[in-house]
Amino acid sequence: MIRLEKRAQPSQFWTFATPFLAVIMTMIVGGIMFAALGSDPFEAIRTIFWDPLFSEQFAAYSRPQLLVKAGPLILIAIGLSLGFKAGIWNIGAEGQYIMGAICGAGMGLAFYPSESFIIFPLMILAGALGGWAWAMIPAILKTRFGTNEILVSLMLVYVAEAWLASVSSGLLKNPEGMGFPGSRNLQQYPASANLEIIQGTGMHYGVLTAFIAVIFAYVLLSRHILGFQIRLTGEAPRAARFAGVNPTRIVFLCLGLAGALAGMAGMFEVSGPAGQITIDFNSGYGFTAIIVAFLGRLHPIGILFAGLLMALTYIGGELASLMLGIPSAAIQLFQGMLLFFLLATDVFINFRIRLDSGEAA
Amino acid sequence: MDLSSINPVLLIASLMVSATPILLAALGELVVEKSGVLNLGVEGMMITGAICGFAIGVNTGSPVLGFMFAAICGALLSLAFGILTQYLLSNQVATGLGLTLVGLGLSSLIGKPYEGIKSPTLQKMELPILSDIPIVGPMLFSHDPMVYFSVALVAATWAVLKYSRAGLILRAVGESHDAAHALGYKVVRIRLLAILFGGACAGLAGAYISLVRVPQWTEGMTAGAGWIALAIVVFASWKPWRVLIGAYLFGGVTVLQLNLQAAGAKVPIEVLSMSPYLITIAVLVIISARGNHGAPAALGKIFHASR
Repeated sequence: MIRLEKRAQPSQFWTFATPFLAVIMTMIVGGIMFAALGSDPFEAIRTIFWDPLFSEQFAAYSRPQLLVKAGPLILIAIGLSLGFKAGIWNIGAEGQYIMGAICGAGMGLAFYPSESFIIFPLMILAGALGGWAWAMIPAILKTRFGTNEILVSLMLVYVAEAWLASVSSGLLKNPEGMGFPGSRNLQQYPASANLEIIQGTGMHYGVLTAFIAVIFAYVLLSRHILGFQIRLTGEAPRAARFAGVNPTRIVFLCLGLAGALAGMAGMFEVSGPAGQITIDFNSGYGFTAIIVAFLGRLHPIGILFAGLLMALTYIGGELASLMLGIPSAAIQLFQGMLLFFLLATDVFINFRIRLDSGEAA
Repeated sequence: MDLSSINPVLLIASLMVSATPILLAALGELVVEKSGVLNLGVEGMMITGAICGFAIGVNTGSPVLGFMFAAICGALLSLAFGILTQYLLSNQVATGLGLTLVGLGLSSLIGKPYEGIKSPTLQKMELPILSDIPIVGPMLFSHDPMVYFSVALVAATWAVLKYSRAGLILRAVGESHDAAHALGYKVVRIRLLAILFGGACAGLAGAYISLVRVPQWTEGMTAGAGWIALAIVVFASWKPWRVLIGAYLFGGVTVLQLNLQAAGAKVPIEVLSMSPYLITIAVLVIISARGNHGAPAALGKIFHASR
């Protein structure tokens, strides 16, 4: 009989190995899925994971896209990982992302058409504040009334989406837009445009912020007392309380940071790659970032690589739907499966498998 | 705004229809949580049930077969959750989220060819004699069979949990898995059965949306109903009859909101369409401010029998 035996210490080896194992398993099962959809599985996997980076035909377009897509994912996932480490389940990053985008774009459009170097920093601030404020709702309700933050933060995603629908055809609608819903294009308004820092690399200010966030989170978690308190709260809540960690403060810190980072990500997206507030400018980054956070082992460096990998599946998925006619929904399933296999293989970190005859001890 | 255009009889009748999917899903989740497992994948199982039921309903022309297949699909998806959380001891919150993401992807993948088709729907089942009572008859007793089934399921769940030995064991596992294990009950097996039941209920709930309530397939059509079902379990303090009340209250809000939109209320449409979610939050706050009564003690905790 197969039986699990608890390890005395979590396995270092498996902590690193399971994300790779999960990716390989996803490729195998995904390949079977693509075969069932009538595509050559090897070609499909190559199109998703190889062609965006190395194909002569597409790489010139795809490589910059890698950073464009990874930027928001990493930024959001860094914020989420702090909360997940502390056992605070903020799954409403999508809502915080939308609110950040609305506030940031609103700030920029309020100044239209004046030109000043201060407008863009103000927009970043507004985006961060918008996301922060949206995340404060579950934080306050959790600390004050003990309300479940999972459900509240998720409900607020739907509220934010309704809000987005409202402003894109109301408050922020482009007055010169011939009646089409959607705001002015922020890319065409130089003071608010989130342009590439280095031409042709996809490296815009949001990506730069994401990299800074990675470094910041790394220092916070490994060198700062707050980071220690976050980890302690997650791993041993009682011990944390005895050690004088204020749980309310941790909730506010984790949700607030996650909200601010998600809000900034939304603002960078709407003033850069998306260009304008539209009813569906958000592409589910807030949810995919949850996968990124777990795939990156809730570790900042891990999240950096996981974000790049997830961005690759987005770009590769687009390419595959273009070249091979694989439905884009298949990629969503592909990403979900990745999380599933990761959680399944994570068992090896804390347990080892023993085979024995099965009689009770 | 013309409030007289809102007919109270039709309002109650459509309330029951709009509450049924949430009721079914919440009831399934109640049993799962009573066994001490928190499955956050209700939304994913519902939407998968919705498309599986719809596809079979369209292809065979039989909504009943559609419902059966939806229940099987929901249960299969929940089996994946069960294996991960019960045998591979994964984190229940993360796995539930994963299940939702997988379900959303899977459903839109299967659903592509079915967009814009109308499905066969369930016939109304007028209960003899009862449906002839004026006002009350058309309000309560002239619905499709699933509405009656969902109410009957509430009664059955209540009776089984409260009076039967199986219900007692299920609750014992949910309150203290170690004690139940020490008494010789198969904790993992019992939880797996509860999870399967929850999955089947979520599948039925989804199929009800795509086969009866709408009846059409659109991507992401459950629109958070699975999450609302989770909130209703908390609202109900883990009691079956209160799940019924919660689901009907919520159904009432949804239907009223739609009726107000149609009647041209002065309130902006966005405010009306976000109202169900805001009300859910408000209700959660009120319930949690009172203290968390009735949550199974072992809810969300991982069980591993060491020896």
